[in-house]
Amino acid sequence: MRMLGPVLIVVAAIVALWYVACVPMNIHTALTDAERAGVAVSPEGAAVRRDMGAVRLALGNTHVWGDTFAQDKPRLPAPHQVAVELWETTVEKKITSKRSLIFHGWITLSATLVGFVIGSVAGVMLAVGIVHSRAMDMSVMPWAIASQTIPILAIAPMIIVVLNSIGVQGLLPKAIISAYLSFFPVVVGMVKGLRSPSAMQLDQMRTWSASSNQTFWKLRMPASVPYLFASLKIGIAASLVGAIVGELPTGAVRGLGARLLTGSYYGQTIQIWSALFATAILAAALVAIVAGLERVTLKRMGVGR
Amino acid sequence: MTLVIAAFLLWAAAWWLNVRIANGPGSQTQAAKLGVSAIFGLTLLVMWELIVRGLGVPLVILPPPTMIAERFAGSLPILWADFVQTVVKGALSGYVIGCLAAFGTAILVDRSDFLRRGLMPVGNFVAALPIVGTAPILVMWYGFDWQSKAAVVVVMVFFPMLVNITAGLQETTQMQRDQMKTWAASYWQGLWKLRLPAAMPFVFNGLKISSTLALIGAIVAEFFGSPIVGMGFRISTSVGQLALDMVWAEIVVAAIAGSAFYGVVAFIERKVTFWHPSQRGQ
Repeated sequence: MRMLGPVLIVVAAIVALWYVACVPMNIHTALTDAERAGVAVSPEGAAVRRDMGAVRLALGNTHVWGDTFAQDKPRLPAPHQVAVELWETTVEKKITSKRSLIFHGWITLSATLVGFVIGSVAGVMLAVGIVHSRAMDMSVMPWAIASQTIPILAIAPMIIVVLNSIGVQGLLPKAIISAYLSFFPVVVGMVKGLRSPSAMQLDQMRTWSASSNQTFWKLRMPASVPYLFASLKIGIAASLVGAIVGELPTGAVRGLGARLLTGSYYGQTIQIWSALFATAILAAALVAIVAGLERVTLKRMGVGR
Repeated sequence: MTLVIAAFLLWAAAWWLNVRIANGPGSQTQAAKLGVSAIFGLTLLVMWELIVRGLGVPLVILPPPTMIAERFAGSLPILWADFVQTVVKGALSGYVIGCLAAFGTAILVDRSDFLRRGLMPVGNFVAALPIVGTAPILVMWYGFDWQSKAAVVVVMVFFPMLVNITAGLQETTQMQRDQMKTWAASYWQGLWKLRLPAAMPFVFNGLKISSTLALIGAIVAEFFGSPIVGMGFRISTSVGQLALDMVWAEIVVAAIAGSAFYGVVAFIERKVTFWHPSQRGQ
């Protein structure tokens, strides 16, 4: 509760700033519309106003401020416009409708989840291999670390087009990009986790004459779980970004990335903002689910707080 | 078919060699570590070449590495122009602005307990969101040229930097801060002489994360509109023309730029935080 007060005030301040910013951002088009509707505006004529500062125009025409919050294609939509659009496209539309954000969100979410599962499972398997084989460790690990410094997302368009040319379409190409993005964080985190038992703990296992299999299942695996969850949280956020970016280059018509793209083609700013908030909500929900699983798992293992 | 068999024979031979080196006596030396990873990387490249040629994979699916290298060497002026447009103008300027803005905000947050309790949860939340999605909006506001790419990069690096700098400024112990107070140090003296140096490992962690994010932001923002130069532009148009060797050449540029960027930040980190345990004893 002590945390909630300041957070709410900061969020309220951000919303208030947003409303204030709408006025100068949209004042030019608002004045043009008002003039066309016969309302008196100070300097007349759009050509005169084009070069004038937005703040000066806003201060000189306080009576059109209301219009800046209610335009069809504003440069910056007001918060309530985005909220209304979100509400209309999620709750009021049927989920099979092409305009429903839940429909588009599901397209993106399914690719994200498939990719995330593939990437995480492959990542854990590679990490197990790396921990067991010195040669694999020395060969693969430097490349796994180096690959994190590379903007991998740049190859997304190519993967989509190449798979498209050999007849693979729809969910799978996006899922591959998602898998690729979540793969390396999981490998690096899992290797760190499997190596986290101290020399003393490993010696203890040897004292009990545990086989390397037993050491793995009874010591290394449980010890790696906190590390695994930390990288899963990074991985699922990266998967979502991968699925969204995977929808951009081919001009896909379905999915949240496609909503962003078509919005920017047709200047539908309200649609862009609502798609953006939908991705934010989706990302927050996914990370929260993984964090919840983490808490439950760690608690059952007896290491949770 | 012989080429494919040769590829797998080569794989077996290289792997046998790596296993020998890794389990041999000198496996802890720097040379062995470099050698093993280099052999692995080279083997993959040669296998790629042999398999693509051996199976006759069409160029529109996967060009062999030699062809990519040829294209890379043959279009250096184009690649250089794209590099300047995307990395130098877009990513670097955005990176600098974003990091400085985050630094200023972190000082403000540090001075006010209210802001720390209010802004930090919001910052932590936003740092986990797919901020790349703001690209279409910012491209609409700032036009197609590099300014909009820099703006995307600013938004992308701001929150991870803010979170890291703020965490770093909390690093000092109460006793150290009391010591500064005993010496009648002002806030700024305490910040400059004690808390900023202590925060440096966190700051560099943020700088390293942000270096990758900056390149991603600049490239992806170009998918939403760009002048006819830039790495993201070249990738999306070359993909459309099925000129995959050009796409791969751009990816090589992105890889070099990304690792060089990261390497420079890591090098400065080693010089600045030489006192930190993670930097010693190597």
